[in-house]
Amino acid sequence: MTTKPKKQAKDSEVLLSIRNLHIEGQSDEEWHPIVKGVDFDLHRGEVLGLIGESGAGKSTIGLAAMGFARPGCKITQGDIMFDGVNLFNATENDKRSLRGVRISYVAQSAAASFNPAHRLIEQYSEAPVQHGVMDEKEAHAEAITLFEKLQLPDPHTIGFRYPHQVSGGQLQRAMTAMAMACKPDLIIFDEPTTALDVTTQIEVLAAIKDIVHEFNTAAIYITHDLAVVAQMADKIIVLRYGEVVEEADTRKMLSKPEKAYTKSLWAVRSLQKKEQPSDDILLEMRNIDASYGGGVKVLKNVSIKVPKQRTVAVVGESGSGKSTAARAITGLLPPMKGEVIFKGETLSAALKDRKADDLRKLQMIYQMPDTALNPRMRIRDIIGRPVQFYMGLSGKKRDERVSELLNMIEMEPNQYVDRFPGELSGGQKQRVCIARALAAEPELIICDEVTSALDQLVAEEILKLLQHLQDELELSYMFITHDLATVRAIADEIVVMLQGEVVEQGLKTEILTPPHHEYTDLLLSSVPEMDPDWLEGLLKERAKKKPSIQLAGN
Amino acid sequence: MSDEVEEDARSADAIAIPLADRDWKRDMWRDLKKAPLTAKFGILVIASYVFVALFAPVLTPYGESEIVGSEFDVWGDKFILGTDNLGRDMLTRLIYGARNTLGIAFLTTLLAFAVGGCLGLLASILRGWVDQVLSRIVDIFMAIPVLIFALVLLTIFGSNAQNLIIIIALLDSTRVFRLCRAVGMNVAVMDFVEVAKLRGEGLPWIMFREILPNILPPLVVEFGLRFCFVFLLIAALSFLGVGIQPPTADWGSMVRDNATLITYGDITPLLPAAAIALLTVGVNFVVDWFLHKTSGLRDDH
Repeated sequence: MTTKPKKQAKDSEVLLSIRNLHIEGQSDEEWHPIVKGVDFDLHRGEVLGLIGESGAGKSTIGLAAMGFARPGCKITQGDIMFDGVNLFNATENDKRSLRGVRISYVAQSAAASFNPAHRLIEQYSEAPVQHGVMDEKEAHAEAITLFEKLQLPDPHTIGFRYPHQVSGGQLQRAMTAMAMACKPDLIIFDEPTTALDVTTQIEVLAAIKDIVHEFNTAAIYITHDLAVVAQMADKIIVLRYGEVVEEADTRKMLSKPEKAYTKSLWAVRSLQKKEQPSDDILLEMRNIDASYGGGVKVLKNVSIKVPKQRTVAVVGESGSGKSTAARAITGLLPPMKGEVIFKGETLSAALKDRKADDLRKLQMIYQMPDTALNPRMRIRDIIGRPVQFYMGLSGKKRDERVSELLNMIEMEPNQYVDRFPGELSGGQKQRVCIARALAAEPELIICDEVTSALDQLVAEEILKLLQHLQDELELSYMFITHDLATVRAIADEIVVMLQGEVVEQGLKTEILTPPHHEYTDLLLSSVPEMDPDWLEGLLKERAKKKPSIQLAGN
Repeated sequence: MSDEVEEDARSADAIAIPLADRDWKRDMWRDLKKAPLTAKFGILVIASYVFVALFAPVLTPYGESEIVGSEFDVWGDKFILGTDNLGRDMLTRLIYGARNTLGIAFLTTLLAFAVGGCLGLLASILRGWVDQVLSRIVDIFMAIPVLIFALVLLTIFGSNAQNLIIIIALLDSTRVFRLCRAVGMNVAVMDFVEVAKLRGEGLPWIMFREILPNILPPLVVEFGLRFCFVFLLIAALSFLGVGIQPPTADWGSMVRDNATLITYGDITPLLPAAAIALLTVGVNFVVDWFLHKTSGLRDDH
C-alpha cells in the first residue's frame, strides 16, 4: 500500500451523488417502501462502506447506484447523479452504455455469477469488446495483467479455465478483475467475501484494496461485517430499515459512534463466556475414519470428546470435515473405522440400528432454519411431533408441552403456534429449531453453524438463549462454526480441524493464547479486527515469514 | 449495549412478518375473484360438466340406451339434437357420456397418481437399488407407445370398464412416477427431512407428512393435465372399439357410430368431440392459473 497519487484530486470531485432516493418493493401484490429517502455523495477514488442487517436496503441501494432495480422493485423517486447523468430518468440505452464500462458490479457469489459454460477470459472480454473499448486480443492481454495484479496463480493460463476449475477465492478475484476490465470509475462490491473462509477472505480483501487504490476507482462496499468494512472503507454509512442511521469517516465511526443502534452493532462481538473445565465425558468420538461412498477419506482418525454440560466448539474452514464429524456422530454417515461412545456405551454406527432413546438424547440444529423447518407444517406440529414421538403425549398434553417449549425460547405461544415457518423471521425460525430439539429432552445438541445465516444482533440473542438453556437444562453442545467470535462467546473447549484431521484440541484459553499450532495461528490471525490498520499490518507481518501451510483456497 | 436498543432489535425481529390471514375460505374466495377470465371460464366449464355428470338421470328426457325414434332423426322439438344410428336420443347420450367418460377418466387418473406417486416418493427417499429397479421398469413401459400398448393389453384381458381403468392407470402412472420422483428428490435432500430421519420416523411419515405436502402444487397441476390425456385416450380407445363398450354411452364411440353423418354435412357427430375439446381447454385454463399462482411464476414488472 504505497502512497495514493491521485488521492488529492478525490475530495474535489463528486462522482456519484444520490439524493432523496426512494425504492419500493412488491410483495403480495402490494408495494412497500424498501429505501426511504437516502442521500449520500461519493467522491472520485473514495470507498464507501454500506453496512446494516439483512433487509436494511444495502444491496438495493448498491444496485440503484447503477440505475438498476431488481425485478419486483422500482425506484420511485430521487436523483442518482453519476458524473453529470441522472440515472433516475436516463434511458435504458444510456444506462447500458455506462454499465460495465464506467460502473461495474461484483456480486456476492462469484460461483453463481459466472457462466459455467464459458472460460473465464471469454467472460472477462465480453464487456470491453461489447462496448468497443478494446478488441479481443487487447482484452486478453489486459486480463493477464490484471490477473497478475490480483495475484492469481498462473495468470497466463488461469483465464482459460472454466469457473468450476478454480477455487471460490480465486473466482471472486477473477470477478473483481472482470469488473475492472474497462477501468470503471465506480465499482459496487456486494458482500464479495461473505461466502469465503476467513483465510481466503484476507487475500480477496487485500487484492480489492490494492487494485482500487491503484486505479483510483471509487467503490461502494456492501457488507454486514463491520470488521471487514473497517479495512476497506474511507467512509461508512450505517443503514437500517432503508434509512441512514449514521454517516461518518471510518476512523471516527469506529472510535466514536453516536447513535445507539450503531453502538449496539459495535458491541455485538463483545459477548464472552468464562470456560469451565470438566472431565465428565458425555460423548466421545474415538479414532473415526469416514468417507462418502468409499472414496477419499473426509475424516482421518478423528477423536473428539464432549464433556457433560459444556460447549465444545469445532472450528475449521469449509471442507475441513466439521459437518462430516457431526454426520458420523448422528449415524447419517456410518464411519469406516472407530466408534462413537455416548455415556459409556458404544452407539451403533448406522442410524437405523439405533434405539429411539439414543436418537432422542442426540439432537441437531442446522445452519439454515429455512430448510430445516417443513414449510407446510404449522409450528404446533413441528414442535409437537417430537413430543408425541418420543414422549407419547397427545392432544391437550401435547399442546401444553408445546406452549411450555415456546415460552422457553421466549416466543409467545398463542401468537405463534398456528403459524407456518414462512410467517416467521430468520431469528424466530432458528428459535423454533431450538425448541424442536428441546422437545426431545436431549442431552447433547449438535449446532451446525446455527448463527451464520443470521444477522449479528439476532445471532447474539440466539447465542444468549443457547447459553441460558445450557445452564437451565444441563445441556451439552457441540458447536460447529467457522466464526471465531462465536467461539469466544460460548465455548469451553475448542477443537481445530484441518483437512479432515484434528489439529488441536483443548480449553478455550489454551487454544486462543499463544503459542499456537501453525494452522490455528493462521486461522486466528485471519479474523478481521475492528482496527482499520489491521489488514495492512497483518499483510506486512505475513510477508516477513512465509506461511508453510498450503491452503485449499490457493 | 443499551437496553432500549436491545428491546428495539428484539421487537423488530418479532414483528417482521405480519400474521397471515387464517380464514382459508375467505382466502380462496378472494383468490377466485382475482383469477383471470380464462380461469373463471375453465372453472365454470368444469363445474357444469360435473353437475351434468352427477344429475344425468334427472336432466335427460330419455333413458341412456333407449331406442326412442327412427335412425338419424334430424334436430327438432322431440329430439333436440336428433337421434343416432340406432335411433337413440343424442342429447341423452351426450349427457350420460359425460358421466361415463368423466367418471372412468377420473378414477383412472386417481389410481395412476396413487400408484405412481407412492412409488415415486419411495424412489426419491430410498434411492439406491430401489430407485434403479423402479426407474428401469418405468423406462421399459415408457418405451412402448401408450395407445398400442393399451390396445394390446385390452385385447388380451378383454375390454370392460374395470380392465380399462387398471390398464390405463398403470400405463399413465409411469409419467406420474417420473415427475414425483424428480420433485420429491429436491425435497428429500432438505434438512427437515434429515431431521425426521434423525428422529427415527418411518417411511410413511416422511413420504406423506414431510415430502408430499411440499410437492403438492406440481402434482395437482399434473393431475389436471393427466386427466385430460386419460380422457382423450379413453375416447380414442372407444373410437377404436376397445374402450367403453356399448350400449354404455361414451363420447368416443358416439363419434365413431355417427361418423357417416359428416359426409352429409351434419355436424351432430362432432358434438361429442366438441364436448371433449371444451373440457380439455377448461381444465388447461384452470391448471395454468393454479401453476401461475403456486409456483411464483409472476410477471416481474
